[in-house]
Order: sequence, then structure tokens, then C-alpha cells
Amino acid sequence: MNYEAVIGLEVHVQLKTRSKMFTRVAAGFGLPENTLTDPVVLALPGTLPVMNKGALDKIIKAGLLLGCEIAAVCKWDRKNYFYPDSPKNYQISQYDQPLCRGGCVEIELPGPARNVMGEHKRIALTRIHLEEDVGKLNHVEGASLVDFNRAGTPLMEIVSEPVIRSADEAFAYLTALKTVMIYGGISDCDMEKGQLRCDANISIRPAGTAGLGTKVELKNLNSISFVRDGIAQEIRRQTAVALSGGTIEQETRDYDGQTGLSQSLRSKEMAHDYRYFPDPDLMPVEVDEAWKSAIRATCPELPFDKQRRFMEQYGVPYTITSVLVPDRGLSDFFEETARLCGKPQAAGNWIANDLLRELGAAKIELSQSKVGPAHVAGLVRLVDGGVILSNAAKEVFVDMFRTGEAPEAVVERKGLKAETNLDELERWCAEAIASNPKSVADYKGGKESALNAFKGPVMRAAKGKADPKRVDEMLRRLLAR
Amino acid sequence: MPEELFNSTIAELSGLLDRGALSSVELMKAVIARTKAVDGRVRAFNSYDEEDAMAQARASDARRAKAKGSGSGAASRLEGIPVGIKDVISVAGQPLTASSRILEGFVSPYDATVTRKLKAAGAICWGRLNLDEFAMGSSTENSAFATTSNPWDLERVPGGSSGGSAAALAAGEAVATLGSDTGGSIRQPAALCSVVGLKPSYGRVSRYGLIAFASSLDQIGPFARSVEDAATVLGAIAGHDPRDSTSLRQEVPDYNRGVSDLAKSGRRWKLGIPREYFGEGLDPEVGAAVQAAIGEYRRMGCEVREVSLPHTKYAIGAYYIIATAECSSNLARFDGVRYGHRSKDAKDAIDLYFKTRAEGFGPEVKRRIILGTYVLSSGYYDAYYLRAQKVRTLIRRDFLDAYRDVDVIVTPTSPTPAFRKGEKAADPLAMYLNDIYTIGVNLAGLPGMSLPCGFTAGGLPIGLQLIGQPFKETELLAVASAYEQRTEWHLRRPRL
Amino acid sequence: MPQPNDLKLDHIANLARLSLTAEEKERFGRQLGDMLDYVALLNEVDVEGVEPTAHAFPVVNVWAQDVPEPGLSVEDALRNAPERRDNMFVVPKVVE
Repeated sequence: MNYEAVIGLEVHVQLKTRSKMFTRVAAGFGLPENTLTDPVVLALPGTLPVMNKGALDKIIKAGLLLGCEIAAVCKWDRKNYFYPDSPKNYQISQYDQPLCRGGCVEIELPGPARNVMGEHKRIALTRIHLEEDVGKLNHVEGASLVDFNRAGTPLMEIVSEPVIRSADEAFAYLTALKTVMIYGGISDCDMEKGQLRCDANISIRPAGTAGLGTKVELKNLNSISFVRDGIAQEIRRQTAVALSGGTIEQETRDYDGQTGLSQSLRSKEMAHDYRYFPDPDLMPVEVDEAWKSAIRATCPELPFDKQRRFMEQYGVPYTITSVLVPDRGLSDFFEETARLCGKPQAAGNWIANDLLRELGAAKIELSQSKVGPAHVAGLVRLVDGGVILSNAAKEVFVDMFRTGEAPEAVVERKGLKAETNLDELERWCAEAIASNPKSVADYKGGKESALNAFKGPVMRAAKGKADPKRVDEMLRRLLAR
Repeated sequence: MPEELFNSTIAELSGLLDRGALSSVELMKAVIARTKAVDGRVRAFNSYDEEDAMAQARASDARRAKAKGSGSGAASRLEGIPVGIKDVISVAGQPLTASSRILEGFVSPYDATVTRKLKAAGAICWGRLNLDEFAMGSSTENSAFATTSNPWDLERVPGGSSGGSAAALAAGEAVATLGSDTGGSIRQPAALCSVVGLKPSYGRVSRYGLIAFASSLDQIGPFARSVEDAATVLGAIAGHDPRDSTSLRQEVPDYNRGVSDLAKSGRRWKLGIPREYFGEGLDPEVGAAVQAAIGEYRRMGCEVREVSLPHTKYAIGAYYIIATAECSSNLARFDGVRYGHRSKDAKDAIDLYFKTRAEGFGPEVKRRIILGTYVLSSGYYDAYYLRAQKVRTLIRRDFLDAYRDVDVIVTPTSPTPAFRKGEKAADPLAMYLNDIYTIGVNLAGLPGMSLPCGFTAGGLPIGLQLIGQPFKETELLAVASAYEQRTEWHLRRPRL
Repeated sequence: MPQPNDLKLDHIANLARLSLTAEEKERFGRQLGDMLDYVALLNEVDVEGVEPTAHAFPVVNVWAQDVPEPGLSVEDALRNAPERRDNMFVVPKVVE
């Protein structure tokens, strides 16, 4: 029998705010232990939560970008459970009135080849709600040490419908979601820093049937490739169990990215009973049209929309757009360059190839680059105007990347200007034609490739500084006489 | 002189301080001496920091001298006045125990908003006053440390949970005190100790720094020797606080001026007498004193009419569901991880919770945590918590309906005068039923106060409860003041 | 409303992380039964169509702007810790 997988993902995304969700001490990562606390974070007796407006703005933005319905009113609930990383022993969350419902994430599946766009799909979302993060436990011999720096950081939970069908789709979903979050300035989504975390609910069923199998929750998918590998492994595991006639147990499994295997977490001694109830310390949130419009005005174009536009509006090939688009800064850089030079395809090539190569070699970010859109646009214009040749242009790019000088200045300083004395060029071409009557006859007889026979002597005479395009034009013109 | 000092009102003492006839240091010394003389019998204080109080008094005198030198305006009425603080309200650098073993040794690193405001007004934050553990109780018998005695009869309870705050004031161990009121915890001990106690409208005073018992019901308020003093303290502590989302963004009026303006206006108050508050269970002596007070209002020319609050009999049930549910969650943070008591023999983290909490909490707190956990547990939420919240809506509606016809509602504060220690300790439900007249006010979020209105033949105080409309504390205080002006009950002091 | 006899005291004490002695179980069980009997009175009330009251007055959107303020020093944060090590709070081993 063939089985198909049914996968739903629960993704936790830390919001990029300056202060915490319910108190104003700074939020941050990588600071010394317990330096980001205050009486509220530590749940000292008598302390109370106060909502962070910035976090609300960000979840609304996420909801608008993903096409969710934004609740007109929502409230806060307490999720009660004891754990040493949870200072109040309850988490403020949203139970039955999340801020966002519905919506979807557009994903792209792998194409048949790297340079061919893959199939696009929309993965439906169930809901997005806001809650607070917990602290961090460090396990040592016989004890655990608690650091509350992370506790109280705004955390958004994005729940998908169980409509993901494969590990590749899950991978594509996370990639797309991450890009949207980064585009919106909602989160940096650095999985290594725990800014994006993913749990998967996975079940299998006989292919083509509609029911749902017993679902297994897979935790600790700590990198985007662990998500793919972990889910693939779990589907294989469940399929093997089913094929051997076994039953799949409802359980939570812990994925170990090192071994590529998962392990059942012993089921808790008692079923969870979180005793949700409305948090009496917080007032409800009411989102009106004015608020939504104000946030909508700050929403960027979605990455896939931008990619389609780059291909249509600028005629930039898919492979180049798939390099430019995922990075909002890079795509902005591209658009500005294209505007300045009017040659989007050439601009796209320079940015996707040369600029990224140099950035990578120098190990710096785009924002630290000395080369701006004006530099690249200037270089495109120099090449296009025949002022320099493309091999010289490569040299100019490397130089201006290092020095930050304008391309014209680099060309001047290094004497890289192409030969542009047309009289001289005409003379060299005429000499080459005169000394090779056979090729003249071939060319005139319709053998196009005979033209190449004249180019070598011309380039030699020009000591390489002649623009092949111009040489080509000149030869044709002289031969046409 | 000393006796007059520790039995005087804020109004009297601030006059003396203003004229230079008294220094804050002298006042503080008198209060400390009085406390040392009587607190062995009253046991109102969990602790007090004499040195710190004297330092605050010296600083107050210095501020006063400096202000005089620079010719700046009149000092705040609370400048240099020792105000006792219930040990459930945080004062930076001082212990904060909630009269519970689970917080033994805890020293708070921050000021509650009311503490900060009192300090800003120049008051001296004085001592940590005893209460029923985590403010759960009506007698202070649930304190893990000691039962406070009623200064009028040391064999009897002072009421609770703010029993220490009421008793300290009645015994002359402070000039005013702060308490907290979740179901009557300010008004009932005020009645039992013959002082003025005011629970403001929910949201009028910040709860930041008040250890939460039931967040949607808790409110901090003053105990004072006069209605005027209560208005003074309320004016100092009220107002919106950005650290408490449930505090209302509404301007704080000058309550004292408002009260005197209303007195001058000769407004004819309309008072409502809820028939459900005068039935079975009301002690005849208490009933008679309250009726006499109503008669006094009639003689003043007030219009008195009967009103009905039909859902009164459901108030205690709704209250105990809502309050215990909220407390079961609020008290989860006491776990021995970050502060407070920690069990010595826990084998792992889970075990640490079980043992720490078993050792740290007293029986009443455990009982309420269990009930609250039960009513929120899976499958019971709708039947208990949600239903209780709906009944709460009906109770609030009853009051708002009544206020279409009347300005203030008048009732007894407590069905009985102070009972003997141990008398009700064995029967929690009987103790809970004692809160019948005060609980509705918390469920409806209204301001309520208790003022002295007489004594039983045996010399035990009786309190009159006045219930105002939301955020109309000025009117409430004006009605209270009108009665106080014509009576002398509030001037009596216990013999100690 | 459920009957008080379905009060599963062990389960509830477990959720509340409270260990109870046999004597406490007996006493609390009885007293809680009394309380639940008493609150069953609420079943009389017709709450059809009544909105629950979560807050005494209705206000929405009470928040603060996202501007950081200073917090506690590490020393103050850990001052009340029953046990500390390497600027962290120590708890006995967490077993899953």
C-alpha cells in the first residue's frame, strides 16, 4: 500500500522588538546571564504585565502580509503549567481569540532544474497568536541553571492547517515564511539564535484517502534542514510501522539532528490541563480599520510578487531573481541600480554575480559595502557605451568594491579605457580585409563565420583595447561597400 | 502630649507640623514608643524598621525646613506622617511576606506604585502590617506568624484580611494605614476596629506592587481616623499607573475640596437601603445601630428609599469561584526557584514544587488553591468560572439599576461584631458567609467604605457601609462625612 | 454543574503542585465538597444571553510604547535566590 503524509507545522517566531512583551526591560540575545530581567520578568510578587504596542504592530503586520483576518477584538489568556523556565508558572498567551485567523503562505517547490521555476502552492494557516517566551535551562551535573534573559520576549505562534504533504513542502514553507518575516522587519528568524523554532505534527494515511491518521508531534527541529530531514525520517518511520502491521502511537518525539533519528519523549505522568482563563491583569485589544491601514502602509511587497514583477517588468531571468529577491536589501539595491542605468538585466547580472561574490569573499553585509547602486549603474553605462570592455569592467568592479571609488575614476586611474579612435579602427579593419581576399570572398558568398578571420589581426593591432562589438560592426560596414 | 499625638488625625498633625509646633522626628518617636508599648498585645506588625522610619522622619523635617527657607508653598498634608503598610504591598528594601512562610526572608527590590506615591507625598512608610496569609481570610487567624488582636477586646479578632492595618490604627501605632480589599478586607476590619476604611473603585488605585490574590477584585485603600484623612490618603495614592493596565486613565480630583464643596452646596442625598442586606444572619445590635445611622441621615434631610439587589444571595458563590480561580494561578509563582522558601529535600525540580508549596502555604491558602484549580480544570470551566463571571455581570447590573434612583447605598459592613479568636476557624464556609455584605462591591468594582456607627452593649465596634457609584469617591466621602460630622463614634479610642 | 464527588483531589493537587498529607486530603476533600455544594446555588440563576464580566469596567488597548527601560542588575535579580551559581538560579535537576 502507498501512504501519504499529512503535516501541520507550528512555528514560533520571536518578534524583533526593543523591549519585552509585557514589560519594558530590553529584549536581546547573547548577553550575559540574567542581565535582561526586571521585577516583572522574574515574576516578583506584586508585579503586573503591560502590553508592548510595538509587538502588536508586528503581529498585525505579519497577519496582513499573510492575508489573515485580523480580529476586531481579542483577549489574553493564562496557560497554567509549572516549569522552572517559566517565572510565573503560567504563560500569557491567546487561547480562543487569536489576533489573526486564516491566511496562507505561498511556497515554491523545487523545480525540475535549478534555473527553472518550481511549482507554487499556497499553504493555508489556521491562526497566528502572540505570547511570551520562556527562559533558558542549562543542565549541569545534578542540577539545572536558569537564565531568564529570554523570558518574556514577544513570541508569535504561526499554526498551519494540516495540508503540507512532504518534507520538501515543509522546507519550502519555512523558507517562504522566514523570507516574509524578514521582509516585514517582523523577526530576524535566525534559527541558531532560537528566533524561529518549529514543531511538526505528522501523520500518514493510505494515499488518496481523506481520513487522518494518528499524529506524532516532532520537536526540536532546530534548523531548516533538520525540519526537512526530521520530517522525512518520521514519514519513513511511520510508513515502516504501518507496513509491518504495527500501530502508530500518539506521542511526542524529540528529533536529534546529529544522528538523524528521533526518540519518544516519555509521555508525561498526567495529561496536560492548562486551565486556560482570561488574564485579569490585561485589557483586551481592539483593532480598528485605522490601525490596520496604518500598518498596511508599512507592508512591503511580498517576495514572490516581487519576483514575478522583476521577471515581467525587467525581463530578468528566474535564476537571477531567485538570488535577488529573498534579500530585501539586495532587491532594493537592484531596483535602484536598474533605475539609474536603465539596463536591468545587466544590473541584475552584476549584482547577483559580482557583487555577491565580492561580499562573500570580504565576509561583509550589503549594508557595509562601499559599492552602491550608483557605482554599479555607472559601470553598466561604461560598458554599454563601449568606454570599457567587459574584461576590463570585471577589474573595475573588484577595484571599486575595495576602494569605493566611482567606476569612471577607476578606469581613468588604471588606464582601462577601450580604444575608441574610429579612424584608427577603420584603418586596421581595412588592412585586415585587404590582406585576406579569400575570406572576403567566403563572407560575400554567405559564409558568416568568415568574418572571424579578420578579427584576430584587428585585435592584435589594437593590442586588445578594441571593443569586439565595434570591430564586428566596422568589419561588416566595410565589407558591405 | 504623646497620647494626643498617636491618637490624632492627619489633619491635626499636619497642622502642628506646618506651624512648627511638632517635628516629624518627634511624631515618629511617639508612634514607635506607642508601638513598643502595645504591639506585644495587639500583634499588628509583622516587622518594623525603626532606624529606617527615623531616617525618613529626619528627611521629612529637612524637606520642610528647606521649603520654609525657600518660601515655597504649603507642604503636602502627608509630609512627615507615618503611614503603616499592609505586608502585602511592596516597599523597596523591606521584607514582603504576605504573612506567609513561603516568602520568609524575601526582601523586595522595588516600590509598589502606592509606596512610591506615598513617599513622593512625604509620608513615612512605617512597618509591615499583619494579615491573613495572602489576604485570604476575615480574621488574621490565617497569618503564618501571629493572630492580631482586636484593640477593643484582645480576645477577639480584628477582622481581616487587613486586620493588622485596622488594629494598628485603632491602637495608635500609626496615623493612617494602607490595606487591600478583595472581598471586604478593608471594610470589615475597619468596622470591627472602629476606624474608617475605604475600598476605592476597581482601577482607581494602582495594584502594581500589591501581591495579587484575585486580580480582578483586589484594590488598595486607606484606613484612617476620619473621613477627611481617608480622602487625603486616597488623593495621594489614586491615579492611573502605566504599570497597571487595569488602572483607569481618569484624573484624580481633590477629594477634600470636593467633599467640602458638596457640603456647602447643601445637596440632598438620595440613599438606598437594599432589602436583601437586612435579613437573616444580621446581629440585632448591628442591625439596630445601622438603622439608627439611617435615621440620622433622615434627620439630615436625606431621602431614604428601599432598593433591591436581587442577586445578592449568589454573590458569595460567584466570588469564591472567581477569587479562588485567580488565586490558584496568581500563587503559582511561589515555587522556591527565584525567591522565598525552598524545601531542603527535593530530589528534582518537580518534587521541589510539591514540597516547597506544601511547606510554605498554610491550610486556608491550600484550600483556595485546590478549589481554584478545580474550577478551572478541564471540563469544569464553563460550569463554574464562566457561569460565575456571568452572575458577576448580573450582580453589577443590580447595583447600576439601583443607582438610577439613589446616590449611595447604605448597609451594615459586617453581619456581626468582632468574634472570638478560634470561634469560626474550624468552619471555612461559615467564615466565608461572613463576607456577605462586602463581596458584591468587589464583584461590581464599586467604591465602598466602612465608618464607625456605634458599639454593642459589650463595647464592640459596629460599622456602617456606604457603597458609591463607580469612580464617584467624592460623593461617597461626602455622604460619609455628613454622618461623621453629626456623630462622635469615630472619636472613641480603645483602652490599652 | 458537576457533583462534588467527582472532585479528584489527587489530580487537582497534582495540577496545583501541592503535596497533601492524608489528613489534609480528608479535611480538604470534605470542606471542598461543602463549598461545591454551596456554589451549586449558582445553577438557579438564568444566565442565558448574559455576557461574562472579566473586568469591572471596559477599557481596551492599554499598552506601552516599545521603548526599553533599565531593568535589575544581576546582583539585584539574584539577591533573593535560594541558590545561585554562575549568575543563574539553581534548581534541582529537571527530569522530563
